[in-house]
Amino acid sequence: MAIIDLANPTRFLRLVDRVLPWLAAATLLAFAVGLAQAMNAPDDYQQGATVKIMFLHVPSAWLGMMGWSLMSVAALGTLVWRHPLADVAGKAAAPLGAAFTFICLVTGSLWGRPTWGTYWQWDGRMTSTLILFLIYLGVVALWRAFDDPGRAGRVIAVFTLVGALDIPVVKYSVDWWNTLHQPASISLMGDEHMPPSMLIPLLVMTFAFTLLFVTLHLVRMRTEIGRRRLTTLERQAAARLAG
Amino acid sequence: MTGFAALLVRDMRIAVRVGGGALMGALFFLIVVTMMPFAVGPDLNLLARIGPAILWLGALLASLLALDRLFSTDYEDGSLDLLMMGRMPLELAIAGKGLAHWLTTGLPLVIISPVLGLMLNVELKALGAVALTLAAGTPALTFIGLIGAALSVALRRGGLLLAVLVLPLTVPVLIFGVAAANAAIAGGAPFGPPFTILCALSLASLVVGPFAAAAALRYGLE
Repeated sequence: MAIIDLANPTRFLRLVDRVLPWLAAATLLAFAVGLAQAMNAPDDYQQGATVKIMFLHVPSAWLGMMGWSLMSVAALGTLVWRHPLADVAGKAAAPLGAAFTFICLVTGSLWGRPTWGTYWQWDGRMTSTLILFLIYLGVVALWRAFDDPGRAGRVIAVFTLVGALDIPVVKYSVDWWNTLHQPASISLMGDEHMPPSMLIPLLVMTFAFTLLFVTLHLVRMRTEIGRRRLTTLERQAAARLAG
Repeated sequence: MTGFAALLVRDMRIAVRVGGGALMGALFFLIVVTMMPFAVGPDLNLLARIGPAILWLGALLASLLALDRLFSTDYEDGSLDLLMMGRMPLELAIAGKGLAHWLTTGLPLVIISPVLGLMLNVELKALGAVALTLAAGTPALTFIGLIGAALSVALRRGGLLLAVLVLPLTVPVLIFGVAAANAAIAGGAPFGPPFTILCALSLASLVVGPFAAAAALRYGLE
């Protein structure tokens, strides 16, 4: 089935209804395997059990960045190909990306307290993630400010693409700023090699989180299509009453 | 007179006449800088150290102040529709409006910054450097702000959202502007690299800003 066939919302919804139970089951299974492996993973010789936070932190950081990439592709879909579901996909991804970025920040700061001795450090990565979170919140606020979803989709697509240009620049300048102001913080995940006993659970957890993102994204897209249909029906009913 | 020059002159005239916001930004800048010692204390050594940061932060907030009027007054009296239908490319017209906006709100900030720097006990020889970084960086603030201004017209009631959307995008400008100013004052770190990157950010936003703002206006007002 080509992507253009999905331009028909009814056909898309039928596909979602068929795929969703399998996706949800796969997500549950992947989480069961991943969490079990993560619990059995050895403790770090320095960090002890706090290293397990990594199994939640790294996947959510990845999804925070993937969310904006997905929104950028959806923005191209809205502006270039005029795909009718692209703005639905973009709208559905924004709060998810914000939520995962938030989880990344919270788990990072919970990990930082016992390890670095502080909840918050103006470390390059943390700071650029915080700014990514703020830009996500801007997009969510922007979606809430429009009443006409079609117009909103195209305008927000422009902002999303500007963000896609600017976010790497922000990341680069924050890193530069950070190295200028303070020596690099202790890097425990940097270039050091990770033993397979930790790497494999991490990969499984990343896979599980990604499945969770896809599942929630499809659910939110389905809800959004339903919401738009409902609005149209309400408008038609109001027009009938007025006429 | 070409259309571009006519638009430039018109926008600057509107900005400096009654009801225009030309010197409001400069006044706001003065007030922000005046409030700062009340918050951190009148310690001149401390003020000298954080002076460039205060000046940059004040300029950033002041340049946001008049932004939401950039397109909204034109939208209300219909001249924005004429600009969109005219023969001049909308991108060029927006660049002209951005330039006029910078000349009437950004440039005054640059000009008064040495005076405010004196009040903050910034060294005499560093005043020029701070003003230079502001001159290089405030165009980036204006042209990134163009995008936010276009979004807020498309929203029709988006004045508050503008700051929320624009401020995170200006983080690189703030970082390199303050870094260049501090390098000029403290010595140590070289002035060249952050300053040239600041210029690069301004030039890039000169290109991206008008195109993105034009796209937002076209899609938002169709």
